[in-house]
Amino acid sequence: MEKINIMIVGVGGQGSLLASRVIGTAALKKSYDVKVSEVHGMSQRGGSVVTYVKLGKKVNSPLVEKGEADIIISFEKLEALRWIDYLRKDGRMIVNSQRINPMPVITGKEKYPENALEKIKSLCSNVIFVNALEIAKELGNIKVVNMVLIGILAKLIPIEKEIWLEALKEVVLEKYYSINEKAFKAGYNI
Amino acid sequence: MKKLMLGNEAVARGAYEAGVTVATAYPGTPSTEITENIAKYEGIYSEWSPNEKVALEVAIGASIAGARSICSMKHVGLNVAADPLFTVSYTGVNGGLVIMVADDPGMHSSQNEQDSRFYARAANVPILEPADSMECKDFVKEAFRISEEFDCPVIVRLTTRIAHSQSIVELGEKEEYKLKEYKKDPGKYVMMPVMAKKRHVEVEKRMARLREFSNKTGLNSIEWGNKDIGIITSGIAYQYSKEAFENASFLKLGMVYPLPTDLIVEFAREVKILYVIEELEPFIEDEIKKLGIKVIGKDVLPVTGELSANILREKLLDKQYEGKTCIEEKIPARPPVMCPGCPHRGMFYVLKKLKLTVSGDIGCYTLGALPPLESMDTCVCMGASIGMAHGMEKARGKDFAKKTVAVIGDSTFIHSGITGLIDIVYNKGTSTVIILDNSITGMTGHQHNPTSGYTIKGEPTKQVDLVKLAHAIGIERVKIADPYDIKEFEKVVKEEISTEEPSLIIAQRPCALLKHVKFEGPLRINKEKCRICRMCMRIGCPAIVDNGNYIEINEALCVGCGLCTKLCSFDAFQKAGDINGKN
Ligand code: SF4
Ligand code: SF4
Repeated sequence: MEKINIMIVGVGGQGSLLASRVIGTAALKKSYDVKVSEVHGMSQRGGSVVTYVKLGKKVNSPLVEKGEADIIISFEKLEALRWIDYLRKDGRMIVNSQRINPMPVITGKEKYPENALEKIKSLCSNVIFVNALEIAKELGNIKVVNMVLIGILAKLIPIEKEIWLEALKEVVLEKYYSINEKAFKAGYNI
Repeated sequence: MKKLMLGNEAVARGAYEAGVTVATAYPGTPSTEITENIAKYEGIYSEWSPNEKVALEVAIGASIAGARSICSMKHVGLNVAADPLFTVSYTGVNGGLVIMVADDPGMHSSQNEQDSRFYARAANVPILEPADSMECKDFVKEAFRISEEFDCPVIVRLTTRIAHSQSIVELGEKEEYKLKEYKKDPGKYVMMPVMAKKRHVEVEKRMARLREFSNKTGLNSIEWGNKDIGIITSGIAYQYSKEAFENASFLKLGMVYPLPTDLIVEFAREVKILYVIEELEPFIEDEIKKLGIKVIGKDVLPVTGELSANILREKLLDKQYEGKTCIEEKIPARPPVMCPGCPHRGMFYVLKKLKLTVSGDIGCYTLGALPPLESMDTCVCMGASIGMAHGMEKARGKDFAKKTVAVIGDSTFIHSGITGLIDIVYNKGTSTVIILDNSITGMTGHQHNPTSGYTIKGEPTKQVDLVKLAHAIGIERVKIADPYDIKEFEKVVKEEISTEEPSLIIAQRPCALLKHVKFEGPLRINKEKCRICRMCMRIGCPAIVDNGNYIEINEALCVGCGLCTKLCSFDAFQKAGDINGKN
């Protein structure tokens, strides 16, 4: 494997930073070079957030640029559309079908795109849709949406499951490990 | 051992390994995590200072007393700390002194884009620029050595993409650093004119020595490749250049001031075309042009925003990216918003309702400028809201002041709002100032400050009593009001703006994200009772959704603060769960 470029996109507060830490840590444990880039601050307050994770033999720039992403994980369906032009021509997407209205939609100034999922499908042939919020709710904690999605991603990357779980253990607080592990496995087994 | 670390975390690690014992800062994105992480190491005294100027002064004191000390801030913070910076360049140090500055090209969370390298040049201080987390750690350690060897403070400059990127760091051992002896030396440390004049001569000598050093240090290095293209670059721009020009020759600068002129001349001689690739201003480029060397740089590259490998490919190699075509549809923007349950929301609702002119400041509450609340008129820099409101009054008179308020957070008030308030009292203003006291520094991610009652390590400490403080500086009218209680809050604001004397309203309600803040849990709208009047929409809570012919609450977002219920005349809000008697 030369290099895998991943983007995590979503809405501030959905836990994408933690998710990127898990991927980065797993990659390190697998002895890849890895870079993770994120922007803190304003974007955490419910704004659009994007995190780049690049792993491979040698990584220079921490950014994934237009047309370069091998995989995009979108924590929200509108965000998937916003960032889709970062996807490589034959890239893959994992899309959480959750909808969170941006403020201009809430105030009625703009419209949330109709049929977002169909549009994504028409632009990307290799896409996995999942209702991660529902899965997380069933597990008893809506905060683990992120780990469900990481579980799905884990299968697409040449890193063993045990390594992922070790990384998870290192990154999340001990008292939340078991719920996160369940969420990860739920995603992994989809 | 290898670890994946944020640039900021790696800086903290470098400080630890260098034997630093004093660390100071005021939080500011993208620099905040440096000191947050330093505070986790035992044996390093760490503090959130009230502002960057104080932070630097504390670090200078520690350095003169013999300790290695580090002070961190964002670029705009360096403006605040500029005063001591220029003079500590004269006094020099005893224990090493490193100043971390994080610039924010692209303004991800800043009010301007500014290039801190000019401060280094103006203050005659060397500046280093790491290009990944590993270098963050190594350069900080090297900066301490330079600081002591050349008797000067050293600035280490990060940018957002270095500070907030994680890459691999090889951990090292902690150096045993012994506190240096403190010797009284007024000629060196008391900067009154007679002594300062002598020190300036020393500073110039030091710069000459540093110029020599810059040519020799391993911080600046040449990586030979194809000699058709030579690239001089530093920091994150180095990474983008490597991505765009894999086989070119590189002169990678780790020390960007003073520059290694001999090395530059040598490099320039060998390559056919020479590019200087740097973010923001043509700092390196101008210095090189002064040497009479021809370079391509800002004539084609932008001086605004961040660079990227694609920008370089496009501007220098004339290549366009090949990717997906965008969908034709307009994707709605998703600007940041105040959180569900945020205490500022009720206050802004009142200010908007009363149609007041609002002189604003820097913090979460700056988001009150965006729709639907749109109740902020100005925002310039930390602490400016109060002085600006006073200026408005002096320009337009007391009647204008009766329709104007200044709003400022608790942390920002301590940072530099207090002096503005003193000015109002002293110069007979009548402004009304609202301190949004949410018991924390919210925007940067919940850091303590002198009004919160806790230190950076979470230890309880004395808490500033804002009421007594206001009285002490001469404010006689001080009111405490709860912004959740919209009616009462409105009454208080109306009263205070109508008086012809300065007054202070302390809007007190802790930030909704604080762990000890508990809410009742999400609400739901009873569709039978709701008349779709949309009154509740006016507070701009992201959890309330207008679905066209019905209003709904997003239960995954709603915390149950109850603010919206106060606007509903039809009693349509219920606790989620009790509509059908089940969850
Ligand atoms: S972090 Fe706290 S203060 Fe800031 S917007 Fe959210 S609730 Fe409000
Ligand atoms: S109770 Fe109302 S205002 Fe408060 S978070 Fe829920 S929907 Fe928003």
